Amino acid sequence: MLGKLSFSAIPLDVPILVGTFLGVAVIGLAVLGAVTYYGKWGYLWREWLTTVDHKRLAVMYVILAIVMLFRGFADAIMMRTQLALAYNGNPGYLPPHHYDQVFSAHGTIMIFFMAMAFMTGLMNLVVPLQIGARDVAFPFLNSLSFYMTLVGALLINISLFIGEFAQCGWLVYPPLSEMQFSPGVGVDYYIWAVQISGVGTLLTGVNFFTTIVKMRAPGMGWMQMPVFTWTAFCTTVLIMVSFPVLTVTLALLSLDRYLGMHFFTNDAGGNVMLYLSMIWTWGHPEVYILVIPAFGVFSEVTATFSQKPLFGYKTMVYATCSIMVLSFVVWVHHFFTMGAGANVNTFFGIMTMIIAVPTGVKIFNWLFTMYKGRVEFTAPMYWTLGFMITFSIGGMTGVMMAMPAADWILHNSLFLIAHFHNVIIGGVYFGYIAGMGFWFPKAFGFKLNEAWGKRAFWCWFVGFYLAFVPLYILGLEGMTRRMNHYDNPDWYPWMLVAEAGAIVIACGIVCQLTQLYVSIRDRNLPENLDLTGDPWNGRTLEWSISSPPPAYNFAVIPDIHGLDTFHTEKQLGLKAHGKPLAPIHMPKNTSAGVFIGLFSFILGFASIWYIWWLAAIGLIGIVATMILRSANRDVDYYVPVSEIEHNEEVYSRRIAAAQAAE
Amino acid sequence: MAHEATMSPLAHADDHGGEHHHETPNVFGFWLYLMTDCVLFGSIFAAFAVLRNQYAGGPSGKELFDLTNVGIETAILLFSSITYGFASLNALAKNKTMVLVWLAVTFVLGASFVGLEVNEFTSMIAEGNGPDRSAFLSAFFTLVGTHGLHVTCGLIWMVVLMVQMMGPQDLSERMMNKLACLSLFWHFLDIVWICVFSFVYLAGVM
Repeated sequence: MLGKLSFSAIPLDVPILVGTFLGVAVIGLAVLGAVTYYGKWGYLWREWLTTVDHKRLAVMYVILAIVMLFRGFADAIMMRTQLALAYNGNPGYLPPHHYDQVFSAHGTIMIFFMAMAFMTGLMNLVVPLQIGARDVAFPFLNSLSFYMTLVGALLINISLFIGEFAQCGWLVYPPLSEMQFSPGVGVDYYIWAVQISGVGTLLTGVNFFTTIVKMRAPGMGWMQMPVFTWTAFCTTVLIMVSFPVLTVTLALLSLDRYLGMHFFTNDAGGNVMLYLSMIWTWGHPEVYILVIPAFGVFSEVTATFSQKPLFGYKTMVYATCSIMVLSFVVWVHHFFTMGAGANVNTFFGIMTMIIAVPTGVKIFNWLFTMYKGRVEFTAPMYWTLGFMITFSIGGMTGVMMAMPAADWILHNSLFLIAHFHNVIIGGVYFGYIAGMGFWFPKAFGFKLNEAWGKRAFWCWFVGFYLAFVPLYILGLEGMTRRMNHYDNPDWYPWMLVAEAGAIVIACGIVCQLTQLYVSIRDRNLPENLDLTGDPWNGRTLEWSISSPPPAYNFAVIPDIHGLDTFHTEKQLGLKAHGKPLAPIHMPKNTSAGVFIGLFSFILGFASIWYIWWLAAIGLIGIVATMILRSANRDVDYYVPVSEIEHNEEVYSRRIAAAQAAE
Repeated sequence: MAHEATMSPLAHADDHGGEHHHETPNVFGFWLYLMTDCVLFGSIFAAFAVLRNQYAGGPSGKELFDLTNVGIETAILLFSSITYGFASLNALAKNKTMVLVWLAVTFVLGASFVGLEVNEFTSMIAEGNGPDRSAFLSAFFTLVGTHGLHVTCGLIWMVVLMVQMMGPQDLSERMMNKLACLSLFWHFLDIVWICVFSFVYLAGVM
């Protein structure tokens, strides 16, 4: 009846997990209780959970990302603490079975549910606003994508309390991940969580590609598109080309596990190398899916706070596109040691080094944008400067490892761990946090606190170097990754330094939480309010409308005459538009996404535990909801002119108030 | 799934001056989805190419494939593309009855294709040559089965559209969009099948 599921699946014997469960339960009940107490369920359902508004979905994505950051970081500091203890005969506090789950979950959560969710959130908020669109091309699919991501995140976190998680790393390499060596449900949790969220990501890719191609404001040619939109565009291309490969790879692994097939098994002709090639055909583009939008953020932030047009806009676009293409011809550098042969390795080594060229172009463009600009050192600018230094170092260690001969030594060592945290924290994370600070006033109508933002930056920046420079050194000393305990006395001091770094980073996270708290507390102070919708003297269209924008974004779709039209018109003192208002056609909210998400969760959970009748209910539920949705003709409405006029008037009054205050 | 999406707000805002846009975001988006599906099939083809000679002591394609049966399947599927084409033409001519008739014919052809494929699979499994026999057979069943699963989804979709068409949606613009998307899907599956036929069956027998 319940497949593999029984009470013994609940890890009551692991105190850490029981404590975590109690903590999560208390916080969860507190949140649910607060919503009930204030009678906000109806509001939450109507305005947020069923929304198809890209701006609200963006907020939900970023909240999910922040929650997942806590989870992922908790894993990280547990690992560092284990290695600071587990030396010279001391087993530490995490037995290998638990430790292996922790490092697998850390990577999976940080990439799929922290970084991807954050990236999608920023894209959701910014892209339609930057191109002068009223929503994305497929608003319902956008809501569906969010729920797919959420379900994936839920599944992976439930594995903490029911059953176990994978113990074979964040990309579950076979043959270790095959039934023969991982008979538990851990790998199945991984597969279903990643597969379901992967479908959501693929739909996001299709959705935003269509949006950018089809829905740009009149006059906005390709070379008038803001750089962040360009980077989002390149990312959607990468998503569309690479995510189907991930889907297939994991599907083949699940066929091996569920139906006894032989794609990646040791026997009956299976081929493990096939898995490595396939997973990295997705995996390498994936890191560019994450970092390219971060490059977009840095471009917007640098140009805005240097009060200059971006230096070398065209080269920036070409560089982004080159990186997009090159990211597909470098995947073998993840397994030079597999033995593909000298010629193949040489090709992929050279291609990998070539990626440094367009990336270098970008770094110089940002530097020249700042050159002779009146740089305002806001918190987003701090993150940008920290990125330029950190990412350049990470890029150089990347080029080091791109040499197959050097990689032979560094492969699978902590040097590699240091390298990719160097680019992912220094590039991706710094970028998203800069973007969050930059666009926060657009989403909520007030600014984030600067002082706490800068404190958070310094903690992250210093903490990062403390935590990862030791790993570079340890890697060169031969310490391999994913090690549970060790005896080498030379490694011990470095491990203590790395632990100290993790603690400093934890302080950074505390500063970020404080920043959110303080900003919300002081949101009505005049210096924090964003009345004009243009708090930074911005350059692109999102700053031409009120903060937060109305559901339809633009009362009148703007005409575009060149790059940074909004900024040019502002300089010339031109009035934005004199076009007459017309009723605006908008999509209605829908609960279909919530229900498809719910049934996907049932399907995933039931399949993990082999509860086949329940899985059938999930599948039928998904199909039935889709059919019902496609039969629904009541999917849109018109915003009347009177409402638009009212909103516009309120906005004008706020601008007047802001001008009077100056 | 893209066919489910609401019309984009801009598609309407753009419709000023009675100008009619043939390529709506829906069809464009669905076409993009098909390209991602193409990558999906490409990946499975790649896996098949790697594993096609890994018989593990089991039978090879030469011993297993019955080209007559596959030939009939191919003919049926290709013919169903033609009949779908007739349905599309009648949809443009706003002849709903004939659309339904041709969709029904297409459905019967598609269902026969799936039936023949299921028959082929079950007899292979009954002889002990199931997907767990060897890596070659894993890849074979997965590749052909994925195509069959797509066809089955297409059939379900077709029934849904036929039922909806008889209801209030009629041959509205939204329905025409859905028909166009299913049409793309159906013809796309034909192209994939031609690749399956050539690279799996023909190359396997020769």
